[in-house]
Amino acid sequence: MSATELSCRELVELASDYVERRLPLAERTRFEMHLCYCAPCRVYLDQIRATIATAGRLTEDDLPAGSRETLLAAFREWKKTP
Amino acid sequence: MNGAATRAIDSPTPGLHDEWGLVAALRLGDEAAFLALVKRYHGAMVRIARMYLRSDATAEDAVQEAWLGVLKGIDDFEGRASVKSWIFRITAYCAKGRSVREGRFVPLSSLEEDGDDGPAVAPERFQPEGARYANNWSQPPQPWADERLAAVETAALARAEIERLPVRQRTVMTLRDVEGLDSDEVCAILGISEGNQRVLLHRARSKVRAALEQHLEKGGRP
Repeated sequence: MSATELSCRELVELASDYVERRLPLAERTRFEMHLCYCAPCRVYLDQIRATIATAGRLTEDDLPAGSRETLLAAFREWKKTP
Repeated sequence: MNGAATRAIDSPTPGLHDEWGLVAALRLGDEAAFLALVKRYHGAMVRIARMYLRSDATAEDAVQEAWLGVLKGIDDFEGRASVKSWIFRITAYCAKGRSVREGRFVPLSSLEEDGDDGPAVAPERFQPEGARYANNWSQPPQPWADERLAAVETAALARAEIERLPVRQRTVMTLRDVEGLDSDEVCAILGISEGNQRVLLHRARSKVRAALEQHLEKGGRP
């Protein structure tokens, strides 16, 4: 292997930046060359994407007890002031 | 007020459309619109505030203050940023102000990195230096089954893992991947550099991926 080829160990450190499209062209090329011949790294990249997608399905928790009432009171106060 | 209502109708993006509708309703004093925004953003706002403040209670206070700021500013909101981004920026401003008043303000950019962050994947999963395929996988990742990935407990696990992240990683991953903001918005809201944001995001995603892998390849049931 030539020194310019990425190892799997290096690739995993760049996977998030790759998804972000933040790798400089030369590095992106090395990244994609590696993916061409390395099935496990393709699996790894899929998993990073699946992780992001899973986070995207989360919704925020319910409000802490008391917050809703305090905020509603503040809202009604605000409404009264012209 | 009219402008906002018109834009809501014209908006090509369903999410934005909805947000403009809420803004228009809020300007008219609609309580349900206010509660809808609170329900949608309060949790993320507490996370943002928590980056500047040490306790959940003070973070909650800062968020209450931020909501008042939202109400006071709603008539002047011009929509240069998304509603969400605007609300989050007010939150960061309030939390930062509070931490300055309490004399404990530390610029986020000057904080030490969050603890000792190891590599994204344990070194023992790669072939050792000197081996023929040094630094290539010795224990490669296995594909995840779609139905297990989609399972409710997988999402619950991802949420728990995000909660366990160091505060800056947690906040960046929440804003980027849960709330769907882009990196420019997150950098502006949190006052961090693009490079810093990227490093935090990389670390956060790597850890959450590792936790999902452990769950999906071993213990968990479909």
